[in-house]
Amino acid sequence: MSYTLWIILTGCLVGITCGMSGVLLLLKKMSMIADAISHTVLLGIVGAFFVSQSLNGLPMLIGAAVVGLATAFFVESLHRSGIQSDAAIGVVFTSFFALGVVLISFIGDQVHLDTKHALMGEIAFVPWDTLQINGESYGPVAVWMLGIVLILNLTLIAAFYKEMKISTFDPQYAKLIGVPVVLVHYLLMGMVSLSTVASFDSVGAILVVAMLIVPGATAYLLTDRFLTLLLLSGIVGIFSAIIGYGAAVYWNVSIAGAMASATGLLFMVAFLFSPKHGWLMKKVKQRRLAAGS
Amino acid sequence: MMDFFSVFGFDANTEWVLTGSLLLGFASGTIGSFVLLKKQSLISDAMAHATLPGVCLVYILFQVKSIPLFLIGAALTGLLATQAIQLIINRSRIKTDAAIGITISVFFGFGIVLLTYIQQHFGGSKAGLDTFIFGQAASLVKSDVQVITIGSLILTLIAALFFKEFKTVVFDPSFAKGIGLPVRLLDGLLFSLVLLVVVIGIQMVGVVLIAALLITPPLAARYWTEQLGVMAFLGGSFGAVSGISGAVLSTTIDHLPTGPMMVLSASSIFFLSFLFGSKKGMFTRMVKQL
Repeated sequence: MSYTLWIILTGCLVGITCGMSGVLLLLKKMSMIADAISHTVLLGIVGAFFVSQSLNGLPMLIGAAVVGLATAFFVESLHRSGIQSDAAIGVVFTSFFALGVVLISFIGDQVHLDTKHALMGEIAFVPWDTLQINGESYGPVAVWMLGIVLILNLTLIAAFYKEMKISTFDPQYAKLIGVPVVLVHYLLMGMVSLSTVASFDSVGAILVVAMLIVPGATAYLLTDRFLTLLLLSGIVGIFSAIIGYGAAVYWNVSIAGAMASATGLLFMVAFLFSPKHGWLMKKVKQRRLAAGS
Repeated sequence: MMDFFSVFGFDANTEWVLTGSLLLGFASGTIGSFVLLKKQSLISDAMAHATLPGVCLVYILFQVKSIPLFLIGAALTGLLATQAIQLIINRSRIKTDAAIGITISVFFGFGIVLLTYIQQHFGGSKAGLDTFIFGQAASLVKSDVQVITIGSLILTLIAALFFKEFKTVVFDPSFAKGIGLPVRLLDGLLFSLVLLVVVIGIQMVGVVLIAALLITPPLAARYWTEQLGVMAFLGGSFGAVSGISGAVLSTTIDHLPTGPMMVLSASSIFFLSFLFGSKKGMFTRMVKQL
C-alpha cells in the first residue's frame, strides 16, 4: 500500500474510533471530559517514558490509560467535594497537561517526543514506523494499534449495546431496572482513554479532541436513533479525515490541523442544513408555516 | 519594585518580565474570580484557544510582527469563538459542554493550519509565532512586557473600580436591574476584561494554558474564604505568586516553558489550599468533624 493510503487509513481509523466513543460521551453531556482526557494522556505517555525509558507501545498504552482514568476520577471527586464541574475539569486537565509539558522539556532532544509532537502529532511519519516481526514488515504500528482498539470498542458496544443505550438516554431508569450504571460509565471512560492513546501518538491532542467531540455532535444534528447515531459519527469522522488530508496536501499545511478544521466544516454544514435540526431548515419551515396560515 | 528584584541579580529585561508576570497573574486571578462564579471557566479556555488563528491571520494579512496588531487579531477571533458557542447553544440541540469542545478543537486546529501555512510560505521561524502556543517569557522584549504590565494594571484597576457593580450583577442580575444598574453594559465590560486578560497573557503564558490562570487561583482562594472581595484579592495574590514563580523558574532553568511552569505553580497552591484551606480544606473539615 502506498504512503498516502496509509496516512488516510490512519486518519479514517482515528475518525471511526474516536467518533463512535465520543458520541456516547456527548449523549451523557460529558464532551469536556473527552477534551480533558485527550490533554492529560500526554502525562501518561511521558510518565511511561520515564519509567520504561522507551517509546514502546505497551508501556505508553498502560501509562495513558492510567492517567486517563485518573483524570475522570479526580474530576468526579473534586466535583463531589463541591466544586462546580467546569472548574473541576479545568483545574485537573490544565495541571496534568502542564506537568506533562514540563516533563517533556526535561527529556531533551535524545528521543522523539516534544511539545509540538504532542499537539500536532506526526501522522506524516506513520507509514515509516512499521511493525517488524522476524525482519518482515507488517504495516504501520499506528494502524495496528488503532485497528485493535476499534475492534475492542466495537465488541464492547455490541456486548453492552442495550445497557449503554439505556444508561446514556435515561440513567435513572437504567439504575432502576438494574443496569450496572457505574460499570458502564467506567467502561466508556476506558474506551475513550484507549481510543485517545491509540490516536494521540499519530495525530496529536488537537485532532483527538476534534474527532472525539465534533463528528458525534454533527451526527447528533442529523438523527435521533441510537444505532444510526453511532454509525453516522464514524462516517462523519472518516469524511473529515479524507477531506482534511486533501486540503492539507493541497495547501501544504498540518494534516492533523486540517482534519480538525474539516470536522468543523462538516459540523457547520449540518448545523445549517440538517433536514431535522438545521438552523436554516427550521427557518424555512417556519416561513412556510407562516405563509400557509 | 525594580530594586527589589535586582537584589537577586536579574538583569533589567528580566526585571521587566518578572514585574509583568506578577501583575498579569494578579489581574487574571482577580478577574478569574468572576469567571468562576459565572461558571464560564471552560468558555474562557475556548476563548484562549481561539486567539491562535487570529494572531496567525493578522500575520498572513500584514506580514509584520507587530504585537498591537496580533492582540487585535487575537481579540477578534476570541470574541468570534464565544459568539459561536452562544449561537450553537441557542440555535441547535447541542449542549454547552459539547459546543465549547467543538469551538476549542476547530478554532485551535484551524490555528495550527494557519501556523504551518505561515511556516511554509513566509518562513515562520522569523515570526516566532510558535511561542504563542506555550508562551516563552525569555523571548519577550521590553515593549512586549510593557504591554503586559500596563495592560494588567489597567484591567485590575477597572475590576477594582467596578467591583461592587460586578458583584451585584454576577450574584443577582434581576436585583441589579431593579436598582437601575446597566446590567448588559456591565456584563459586556466584565466580558471585555476577561477577553483582554487572555489576549495580553497569551504571549507569556501561551494560548493552551492561559485559561488555567483564570480558573485555578480563584478556585484555590475559595478554600480560604466565602467573601467575594477577599476571594478576588486572594485569587489575585495566588495568581501573582504563580506568575512570578513560573517566570523565575523558566528564565533561570534552561528550556523550561513559561506557561506550564506558571500553571504548575498555581496547581500546587490549589492542592495545598484543597488540603489545608481554612474554610473548606479537607483537613480542616476532618478536624471539625472530630
